[in-house]
Amino acid sequence: MRGSISNRRLFEPRSLRDALRMLRDEGPLVPMAGCTDLYVSLNFGTLKDTRFLNLWRLDALRKIETRGAGVSIGALATHTNIMRSALVGKRLPMLAAACREIGGVQIQNRGTLGGNVANASPAGDTLPVLAAADAVVVLASAGGIRRVPFTAFYTGYRRSVMRPDELIVAFDIPAVHGRQWFRKVGTRAAQAISKVVMAACDDDRPRIAVGSVGPTVVRLPRTEAALASGASIADARRTLVDEITPIDDLRSTAEYRRRVAANLLARCLTEFGMS
Amino acid sequence: MRAVGRNVLRKDGVSKVTGAARYIDDLTFPNLLYGRTIRSTIPAGEIAGVHLNFDTAGFTIVDYRDIAGRNIVALIEDDQPCLAEREIRHVAEPILLLAHADRERLLAADVQIDYRASTPNYDPAASAITFKTITIDKGDLDRGFAAADRIVEGEYRVGHQEQLYIEPNGVIAVPGPDGPGGDEGGIVIYGSMQCPYYVHRAITVLLDLPDDHVRIIQTETGGGFGGKEEYPSMIAGHAALLARKARRPVKIIYDRVEDMLATTKRHPGIIRHRTGVTRDGRLTAMEIDVLLDGGAYATLSAVVLSRGVIHASGPYRCDHIRVRGRATMTNTPPNGAFRGFGAPQTQFATEVHMDRIADALGLDPVRVRDINALRPGDTTATGQRLGRDCSARQVLREAVARTDFTRRRKALAGSNRGIGLSLFFHGSGFTGGGEVKLASKAALALTERGARILVASTEIGQGTRTMHAQIVADTLGVPYDCIDVNAADTGEVPNSGPTVASRTCMIVGRILQRCAEDMRARLGAMTPRQYLRAHGPLVVTKEYEKPSDITWDDSSYRGDAYGSYGWACDVVEVEVDRDTWQATPVAFTTVHEIGKAIHPMLAKGQIEGGSAQGIGYALIEEVVMRDGRMANGQLTNYTIPTTLDTPAIEVVMLENPYKHGPFGAKGVGEMPIDGPAPAVINALRHAGFDLREIPATPEKIMRARSASPEQRRPSAERESLRSSARSGSELGVGPQRAK
Repeated sequence: MRGSISNRRLFEPRSLRDALRMLRDEGPLVPMAGCTDLYVSLNFGTLKDTRFLNLWRLDALRKIETRGAGVSIGALATHTNIMRSALVGKRLPMLAAACREIGGVQIQNRGTLGGNVANASPAGDTLPVLAAADAVVVLASAGGIRRVPFTAFYTGYRRSVMRPDELIVAFDIPAVHGRQWFRKVGTRAAQAISKVVMAACDDDRPRIAVGSVGPTVVRLPRTEAALASGASIADARRTLVDEITPIDDLRSTAEYRRRVAANLLARCLTEFGMS
Repeated sequence: MRAVGRNVLRKDGVSKVTGAARYIDDLTFPNLLYGRTIRSTIPAGEIAGVHLNFDTAGFTIVDYRDIAGRNIVALIEDDQPCLAEREIRHVAEPILLLAHADRERLLAADVQIDYRASTPNYDPAASAITFKTITIDKGDLDRGFAAADRIVEGEYRVGHQEQLYIEPNGVIAVPGPDGPGGDEGGIVIYGSMQCPYYVHRAITVLLDLPDDHVRIIQTETGGGFGGKEEYPSMIAGHAALLARKARRPVKIIYDRVEDMLATTKRHPGIIRHRTGVTRDGRLTAMEIDVLLDGGAYATLSAVVLSRGVIHASGPYRCDHIRVRGRATMTNTPPNGAFRGFGAPQTQFATEVHMDRIADALGLDPVRVRDINALRPGDTTATGQRLGRDCSARQVLREAVARTDFTRRRKALAGSNRGIGLSLFFHGSGFTGGGEVKLASKAALALTERGARILVASTEIGQGTRTMHAQIVADTLGVPYDCIDVNAADTGEVPNSGPTVASRTCMIVGRILQRCAEDMRARLGAMTPRQYLRAHGPLVVTKEYEKPSDITWDDSSYRGDAYGSYGWACDVVEVEVDRDTWQATPVAFTTVHEIGKAIHPMLAKGQIEGGSAQGIGYALIEEVVMRDGRMANGQLTNYTIPTTLDTPAIEVVMLENPYKHGPFGAKGVGEMPIDGPAPAVINALRHAGFDLREIPATPEKIMRARSASPEQRRPSAERESLRSSARSGSELGVGPQRAK
């Protein structure tokens, strides 16, 4: 391990109220739960933060429950919790599919939905699902609760509207009536970071989101609009290619990401029965 | 009951399964300090200044001026310093060593190095420094080309590969007076390593100590794959320097990142073939050019190149061959030993080229190989006349029959699957006169119940202790459980040479067998107990004896390059995802002729593991170098195959005994990694993707030339190629090629 730990401080709240007070009075603090991302940077020697807020014990934030015809998922629900939830399996199977492809069993047992969103990597595997499903991020602070549409949550690469005194406490996901689709393309068959990741559903109109093709996860409003007005798959592919901004990096190339995203869209739409 | 040929329990099995086995980081000593290595951050230049921006109280600090002996990592050439003095040749070159009792303070210590940077070179073809050139000449190349109907040319490229043993490099150095040499300052080094006597020599040269003042003890080792052949001499040197200065034990354990950034990798290479063939597929001339990227220092490049060029013409008969090889310097961390040792690089090229020859002639790839495969009585590129233990055609025919290759190949045509094969061989033991120079020794000590094996050969997961004990038990005529195996401790065992080169069974196993034969003769009708009572202790030591029928001339590179060869054929079926160009091996059959499987389950494990590692080499494992630094030096981004990336591997073992091997055994450790990459690339070619480079990542497969005009691209995209006027540039087939 390259990062030393003796110079870092950990705050251990016993309740959400406790945690929000610590954020207000002792901040800035870096919230942590499963630590599956945090420990990678600690191990790599790149973790600069020195003050942390341990949320792991706040079991109240781990609930998965019905909310109207939709689902509410606590920020601390782990990928394993989500995969095993009958409710998610029934109402939001694309989220269970995404969680199933994250890391290995140990990571799935520790990693949380809130952590995946808060880490704000454009490659986060659950993010396209939340974007396509029109999820709402529930943010809490000592001053109260506010609700932000997931599609308005990120403002840039690893940046979001969340304030330093706020925590993500839950995701409210409205009912998805149509078919759902998820596909991850990583550097190998399992335990890999996504090169392209896509989620889609076709409620009254197609909703499509893609990860790893820009600074944040993106919905594809123009592609969706084209499809809603009867565009062919070939036209939709071309619109998608204009709508995403992938780059070359360690794991893949912009060209590959563009072409694969277009192919995945075509595959998804074909499976939705479009032509 | 005889032990050889049976799946007896591993000698190290119980301790490893129960967790009792102690690896280097499990050990501690009173007053232990932790060591840390300060490394260069530039690829080329000079050190202009070193600044210690921390309170140095309690720290031991070592630089090159603390070296009592010679500042080199003694191996083949004396070009690599243990600590940089002025010149920097690569990123992560060690400059300064720190030790402290508190790991946190050690990690927090800030050292700043100033440099005068110079221009690095990363192109092995443009290098001004050549570590080694080798030429193999057989027959008359001009005559060979004159006899050809066609000439087929090709250039093939292979990338770095990281060994990725589970346990990173680590050592503990314990200075006297408890060590050898007493108060005069001897040193004991414990560590994860393949070659205790390599480390022993390196330390005596570095510290200027007599042999008997240095003792090297291998601890339980979590894998090596060649990556712990030469590098432990470096890290052991660092720990020894700190321990001598501090007069306290020093432990240095690399984390994964440091291990990946600083230690050796497989040599990248560029291999060119120009081959003359007759219309019916006979090879008339093979001209092969091999260029290996040695990295910043020579380390083992000369011998990697040697094995590479000797295997470069593949397991094929041809009267006129010229192989020219060179290994050059670039400003990247030194490349070194990795399972296969040059042969995976050159045989990748040969076997992909053979399929392209078959295509050029419109012949079946099996037939082209069958016509040209070496037979007993044929001569290799170095003029070695092969004996009856040559099995090239047998493994080919077995693999083809088992997989119904020819019919399967027809059946898959036009689908998103392809099937390919590779035929390959691997010489066992050191190349040429190497074994004679090594003059390895092994010993056997009589015990009350049987015997104790004394060899420097290390157990690194491959089964050394078990396999040696089987050979000794059966030769001595005692049960397997009555054989003990001593730790690989230079204070107790003779120098059996390094644990490399597929030599531990065939060479060291044979020396041990001779010890056991001698011991059995001395025992006569007596039990070990009776003998000890009557005559006292008995230790039999034997040295390697060159079989009289082996000759080698190193100046002309002619003769018997290896005592024997293993022979193998891989058949792999690959499916290419139509949307993502991900290639997944879906079926894998390998036929290995290895002389004799001393322990069939362990031998099969070697073959399965080597095949999986070969699949990683073929498709997934990509070292991304940026500015001379491994940019993906972490397991997040340097990915190796999981069980979901490798199919079930069908292993078929054939036995055609080598007369000088123990119970007929040849080597098996390295050969399995020679074949998967070309078989996968040939399968991809059959599926329509013409590649000449590994790793064949989806990004490369996407951009590969179509293997034939009829072959398919992903269907959805083909559609948009037709329907879109602007798709040319958008899809990267126009002028806007990335990079």
